[in-house]
Amino acid sequence: MERVATTPGLYPLPDDAKEALSDLKGHQRSDLVSGDEAPAVTDVYDDVREEVVAVQRDAGLDRVVEGQARWDDMLAHPLTVHDNVRTEGIVRYYDNNNFYRDPVVEGDLTFDGDVAADLDAAADLADDLQAVLPGPYSLFDLATDEHYGDDAEFLAAIAAFLAGEAEAFPEEVETLFLADPSLVTEPPEEGFDERVSEALDEVAAAVDAEVVAHTYWGAFDERVHAHVLDADVDAVGYDLVTAPEESADLVAEYGTADDVALGLVDGQNTLVESPETIDERVEWFEDRVPDASAPETAYLTSNTELFYLPVNRFEEKVQALAAATEDDT
Amino acid sequence: MSDTRDQFRPADHPHDHFLLTTVVGSYPKPKWLDRTRELHEETAGEEPPRPDLRVDDDAWAEAKDDAARLIVEEHERSGLDTVVDGEMRRNEMVEYFAHRIAGYEFNGPVKVWGHNYFDKPSVVDEVEYDQNWLVDEFEFTSDVSSRPVKVPITGPYTLASWSFNEAYEDDEALANALADLVNREVEALVDAGARYIQIDEPALATTPDDHAIVGDCLERIVAGIPEEVRTGLHVCYGDYSRIYPEILDFPVDEFDLELANGDYEQLDVFKDPAFGNDKDLALGVTDAHDATVESVAEIKEHIEYGLEVVPPERLTVSPDCGLKLLPREVAYQKMANMVTAAREVEAELDAGEIDVQAPADD
Repeated sequence: MERVATTPGLYPLPDDAKEALSDLKGHQRSDLVSGDEAPAVTDVYDDVREEVVAVQRDAGLDRVVEGQARWDDMLAHPLTVHDNVRTEGIVRYYDNNNFYRDPVVEGDLTFDGDVAADLDAAADLADDLQAVLPGPYSLFDLATDEHYGDDAEFLAAIAAFLAGEAEAFPEEVETLFLADPSLVTEPPEEGFDERVSEALDEVAAAVDAEVVAHTYWGAFDERVHAHVLDADVDAVGYDLVTAPEESADLVAEYGTADDVALGLVDGQNTLVESPETIDERVEWFEDRVPDASAPETAYLTSNTELFYLPVNRFEEKVQALAAATEDDT
Repeated sequence: MSDTRDQFRPADHPHDHFLLTTVVGSYPKPKWLDRTRELHEETAGEEPPRPDLRVDDDAWAEAKDDAARLIVEEHERSGLDTVVDGEMRRNEMVEYFAHRIAGYEFNGPVKVWGHNYFDKPSVVDEVEYDQNWLVDEFEFTSDVSSRPVKVPITGPYTLASWSFNEAYEDDEALANALADLVNREVEALVDAGARYIQIDEPALATTPDDHAIVGDCLERIVAGIPEEVRTGLHVCYGDYSRIYPEILDFPVDEFDLELANGDYEQLDVFKDPAFGNDKDLALGVTDAHDATVESVAEIKEHIEYGLEVVPPERLTVSPDCGLKLLPREVAYQKMANMVTAAREVEAELDAGEIDVQAPADD
């Protein structure tokens, strides 16, 4: 397996930016990013982008993310900044002690371009860009619909919206990571899972880049896994931190996509894995998977987004991931 | 059957019935205290403020004493039967304790939501008890108060869940180790005279399936603690049906629950199966996250909801949660209205004007 070191994005803000943005924006719900920030706020975000791109390049990651510093609402961000979406009270972000503003969709999900604009800015800083979007099903799961009136239609609208956003990405984007934890935390019901697979197809078809459907906080159930394998994605991601055995069993029994993403580093614990530990985990996975279904490429990554960590440990984890691919060559 | 309530009944209590009034703990800090803390931090920093704005350690300690005195007095003025210092000395409910427990380290702030951060600590070694956490706070509060003092302590499950665990096999092992330390602290508090201890476990609301872990931790916490010490458990903002009735087996005298925020939609959870007569219910009767002050009449209605679950002699009256996020005058008025409402309900109970639906204590 070729090893490619990357991350699922959503980085912690550098501590000075945490302070600067708190002062500039405030602490209330209404103070969070809306898509039309004041120039002083944009300046801070531009500096942060430069800083986190430098962290990744210095570490030697093979794919560089923009860092998503503006994503106050984590994976719900592409909706919370949309003109036809209003934000309501803060709600719990999966099973974490973190909260995001509930995005309530009250009109057509038209093209926005918010994510592409940040990637355009990052394209000036790095070539091996990786874009990150929520998987269509996760964004569906995180949002509230007051407009489409039907789950199937709402999911299809979200997929079309994400596809439109992805289509506008700059050509420097080599990989698109779709962070899709809801696929395992709230598995789609039977029947609906086919639509989830079609939604992935639609987003994947919109970009000329490798597409990774990455999951975490557990392992797929078999049925959902099969539908995700049906989708036109290049790689499927597994969380080997929280569910190593179940994930390896799934791949051993049912195979996987051409490539895989392996969540090897714990995005939610400050204990830093050494490059040797990461290497052992990759080898453990390879040993468990029969040669016939062995993926060509493995994206080595943290299982989750990294904003849960303090900055020092975040940087050390990025460095460890990069070092784990260097040892191999 | 526990009977730890009578010791908190004021000698001059005007009614036969006694609905114990209390608060969960935290209270808005006076703005001058926040400003003094900032100046104290700046004074120790690389660019200290001009000399007349410097706040050295002694001045900072004095400011915290003054704030504690002020808030205790505010609690007394509202008429509460048991008071707290509003947690004036505590910056945050996990950080405060982690700074006092060996085995913890701090690496920097992490996001909770938006631009709200917390210095989430990491457990990097075995946790050990090496200094008291709250005894000084309790002794001071007790000295300046004419009413009994309640001591809220962040529970071991929350201390474990809201930390990075680098050292223990899992969060259960860490929570158990921390529970033994909480037990030592409670012993020290009891030696210092504390008779009302509340364990705060908000993390249980996030992961209700872990209620057995919290139960085991509580067994460790109360081990060797005299029976006359009143112990409570505070859990807020969750789906109570996922922890009830299991929590009735927990070794505490009282459950302090948030129900006003959800407009008592979850009240029925505690009727089936019946709450019974072994435990007290500390019912949240004012919303801690809504700056509208409920009227006395509204709060009386809320108190009567409590009487659908427990008889009056098992009912404690409390806000939903700590009041620290409210404007201070709102927090005060909520407490004052709450006490007035409780006293009026007591009078009506004395007069036989209220029909208690909960089974009588027998």
